[in-house]
Amino acid sequence: MGHDTNYQDREFKTIGTRVKRPDGIDKVTGRAKYGADAFAPGQLVGKVLRSPHAHAIIQKIDISKAEKLAGVKAIITSADLPDLTGSNRGMTDILENCMARGRALYHGHAVAAVAAIDEQTAKQALKLIKVTYKLLPHVTDVDEAMLPDAPIIQDFVLQDGKPSNIAGISTFGHGDVDAGFAEADVIVEKSYKTEQTHQGYIEPHACLANVSSDGSGELWVTTQGHFSFRVVCSTLLGLDMAKLKVTSSEIGGGFGGKTHVWTEPLALALSRKANRPVKLVMTRDEVFKASGPTSSTSMDIKIGAKKDGTITAATAILRYQDGAFPGIWGMLGAMTAYACYDLKNVKTVGHDVLVNRPKVAAYRAPSAPMAAFGVESTMDLVANEIGMSPLDFRIKNAAKEGTQASYGPVYGPIGIGPTLEAVKKHPHMRAKLKKNQGRGMACGFWFNFGGQTCVDLNIGPDGTVSLTIGTIDVGGSRASLSLIVAEELGIPYDQVRTNIGDTASLGHNDTTEGSRGTFSSGMAAIFAARDAVGVLRERAAKMWDIPVDDVVWADGVATATGAKHSNLPPLTLADIAAKAASTGGPIAGHNEVVADNAGVSFASHICDVEVDPDTGGTKIIRYTVIQDAGKAIHPDYVEGQFQGGAAQGIGWALNEEYIYGADGCLQNTGFLDYRIPVCSDLPFIDTQILEIPNPNHPYGVRGVGETSIVPPLAAIGNAVSHAAGVRMTHIPMSAPRILKAIDDAKA
Amino acid sequence: MTGVLVSTTINGDAVQFACPTDETLLDSLRNRVGLTGAKEGCGTGDCGACSITLDGRLVCACLVLGVEANGREIGTVEGLVEDGKLHPLQEKFIEHAALQCGICTPGFLVAAKTLLEKNPKPSEEQIRYALAGNLCRCTGYDKIVRAVQAAAKEMRKK
Repeated sequence: MGHDTNYQDREFKTIGTRVKRPDGIDKVTGRAKYGADAFAPGQLVGKVLRSPHAHAIIQKIDISKAEKLAGVKAIITSADLPDLTGSNRGMTDILENCMARGRALYHGHAVAAVAAIDEQTAKQALKLIKVTYKLLPHVTDVDEAMLPDAPIIQDFVLQDGKPSNIAGISTFGHGDVDAGFAEADVIVEKSYKTEQTHQGYIEPHACLANVSSDGSGELWVTTQGHFSFRVVCSTLLGLDMAKLKVTSSEIGGGFGGKTHVWTEPLALALSRKANRPVKLVMTRDEVFKASGPTSSTSMDIKIGAKKDGTITAATAILRYQDGAFPGIWGMLGAMTAYACYDLKNVKTVGHDVLVNRPKVAAYRAPSAPMAAFGVESTMDLVANEIGMSPLDFRIKNAAKEGTQASYGPVYGPIGIGPTLEAVKKHPHMRAKLKKNQGRGMACGFWFNFGGQTCVDLNIGPDGTVSLTIGTIDVGGSRASLSLIVAEELGIPYDQVRTNIGDTASLGHNDTTEGSRGTFSSGMAAIFAARDAVGVLRERAAKMWDIPVDDVVWADGVATATGAKHSNLPPLTLADIAAKAASTGGPIAGHNEVVADNAGVSFASHICDVEVDPDTGGTKIIRYTVIQDAGKAIHPDYVEGQFQGGAAQGIGWALNEEYIYGADGCLQNTGFLDYRIPVCSDLPFIDTQILEIPNPNHPYGVRGVGETSIVPPLAAIGNAVSHAAGVRMTHIPMSAPRILKAIDDAKA
Repeated sequence: MTGVLVSTTINGDAVQFACPTDETLLDSLRNRVGLTGAKEGCGTGDCGACSITLDGRLVCACLVLGVEANGREIGTVEGLVEDGKLHPLQEKFIEHAALQCGICTPGFLVAAKTLLEKNPKPSEEQIRYALAGNLCRCTGYDKIVRAVQAAAKEMRKK
C-alpha cells in the first residue's frame, strides 16, 4: 500500500450508469477502422515465409528467383535485421522470434519476408524463395523437454552450468510445509496436465508500416500497447524513438496476445527497404502457428488438512512451457496458485521450460487458470475426504485482510471471502440438478497491474471536454473513462469524449495489460480533471475579479462563496471556456502517474454441467460468475468482462488445445479444428458484481478484465466429476478424454 | 493480374469492379470497392466475421469469389442504416453492450438481420443456432443474444 490517492467513500452520480459507448455507432455500421482497414498511397502487400519444420538449421536462403519476379519490391531475411539489441537478452529474443537467425525454433517461425505490389505476387514470391534446412531433433512436450537427453532449444540457457531447457525456477511460500503435512489428518496428492490454448481474438495481427528515407516512420497497428511497440520496433530497427509514430487502430480482441510484436518489425524493415508503405496482415493459420499462445503445463499438487477443515500445508510443483524463448509463465503460476487462501505453510515452485513451440505470450490472467485447475480440483478432493462441503472448506481457509499471500505481500481489503459468501446465498446453488448433471465451483485470483500512465484533458471553446488516453480500448473503456471525467467535473456524460492518442500525442503509457486500462487511465483522468478544475476556478476568479479561494467548483459550475459575492450567478464550463482567450488561453488538465497498487482481484464461479455418458460430451447448463470489481464504473462492461472470461475458460476446459504431431508440427491451425465456444454451446452467463473498494484508487476501482478466466477450468472439472463420477486431471476435458475416464472407471 | 470486370449491386447501388479470378469476394469488397465493414477473421468460413448476403442469402464473403458476384445483389453491414436511421439491431447492440472489441459485430448484425427476416419471433435456442456460425471471443454471447431478442421485440411492434 502506501500510495496516497485519497480514497473517498462517496456517492456517485454518473459512475455506475449504463451509458452508450462512444465508439458504438462506428462499430455497428462498419466504419470503425481496425488493423487491416487502413490504406496508404502506394502501399505494398507484405507476406512472411515460415519454417515448415519444428527445429532446423537454416543452411541457405536463396532469394535470387523471387527477387527477379516482376512486382516484388523488397525481400528481407535476418541479414536485413542486424542485432542492435546490445546485451538486452529479452530484446534479442524478440528479434530472433520475429525472424529466425540461422535456426528455426518452431513450426511457423518466420524465415524471410517479401513486399510486392499485390497479394498474388507476394504469395508467388514466397514460393520462389528456396530455403535449405538441416533438421534437428525437436521436443514439444513440457515434461519431455525437462528430461536430461532432451534436444536443447537455446544454448544460452544453463542449469548447474550445463545446457538445459529449464530457463527458470521460481520458489514462493512461507512456513514449514513438512511440519504442516505432519499435522494433517488428510493429505491429497494429484498430478494434472493442461494443453496449450490460444487467446483466439477474431482479428488477426495487422499493421501498415511506412518508413521514409530520412529514417522517420509511422506504424498503424492493432496492439494493446502502441507505446511499447514503439520502444521495441525502434530498438530492433535502429530508429529514433521520437521519429516513429505508432497509432493503435481499433483492436479486434487481444486478451494478452497483442501485447507483443510479431510481424510489425518485419513490416517496418520491408517498408524501409522498399521505400514504400507495407501492409502486413497475418492469416489465421499464421496467428495460430506464430503468435503467442499460452503455456501447456504439468503440475503436482499436494494439500494437507485437519478434519476440522484447516489446511495445514500446501505445495505445488508447476512446469510451464514458454515456447522457444524464456518467459515468466511458470513463475506467475507459482505466484498465483494458492493466492486465494490463508495458509500457514505453503511452498510453490514454478519451472519455465523451453520447447519447440511459439514464444508464449500473456493470455488473460496469464498462468493463473492452470495452477487454479490443479489447486481447486485438489481442494474439492480434500473437502470430500474430510466430509466437508467444498464451499465451506474454501470459506474456512479463504484469505482475508491481513493474510500473508503465498507469493509474499500482506493483503489489504479483499473480496475472496465475500464472493464465497455470495456463492452460498446465490439461487444457482439451489437449482435442481437432473440425471447426468453435476455442480462444481472454484475460486480465482489475479494481481492486476497499474503502471505508467498519462492523459491529457482539454476543454474546448464550447465547453465540451476531450480526454486523450494512451491505453487502448478493447471492451468499452472509452465509455468508462468519459463517465469518470463527467463524474469528476460534475457534467453530463455526453459532454465528454475520450480518444486514444498516438505515441506522438502523449508521454509513454505502459501496455494495456493486467486489467489496467480503466484502473490506471481512470486514476490519471481523475487527477487530470482535478487539475483542470483548479484552472477553471482561477479563470472564474479572473472573470469575477475575486480571489480564487472564494470560488468553488461543484456540480459542473463555478460558484462564488461568501456574502459579498452572492449576486454573482454561477459560471458553467461553457461560460468559462468561451472567455478562455481573454483569461489565459486554452483550459486543460494533465496527469502523469505510476498507478501503483492496483487492487488484487478475486472471483468465485459456480457451474452446472451435463455429461452424456455414452459420448463423453459435456454441456454447460448453468454458469454464474461472482467477482469483486472494487467499484463498477460501467456495469455492462464489467459484466461483459466476467462473461467473456468465463466463456474463454469454458472453451479451454472442454475443447481448445494445440495438437502437435510426432513431427513437431501444429496440426490444427484454424477455427474448424481449434474450436472455440460458439453461441449454441453456451447458456446465459449470470453475473454478480461485488464492490469491495480498493483503497489505492480514488473511486475504489479494481481491474476487472482477467480474473474471470481463472476459475472455469476447475469449476467445470469439479462439476464433471460430480456429473460423471470421474475426476478429470487433463485439460481440455474433451469428449474422448471424459469417455475414456468413464470407461476406465467402469473397468 | 488477369482481371475480370464484375457488375454487381451492393446495398442497392450499382457497382463495378475488376478483380483476378482467384480473388475472394471479401478481398474485392475490402480492397477494390472500399467496403471494409466485413472482416477477415479466418479466411476459411469458420468465424463469420465476413458475413454478407448474396441475393438475400447469408454467406461468408471469404468463401465466394469476387467474379461470382456478377449480376447479383450483395448486402453488407454498411447497408443496414436506412434513411439515416440505425437498424433496430444496431440500436440494441449498442444499448445492450453486445459488443466489446466489435470486430465480429458486422457479421453478427448481418446474420441476425437474416434470421429476423425469416423468423420474426425466434426462441433463445433458435437465435443461438442461427448465430452459431459467427464467432465472438469477447462477450460469451450473453449480451448478443439479449440484444437480438430485444431487437426482434422492437421490430414486431412496427
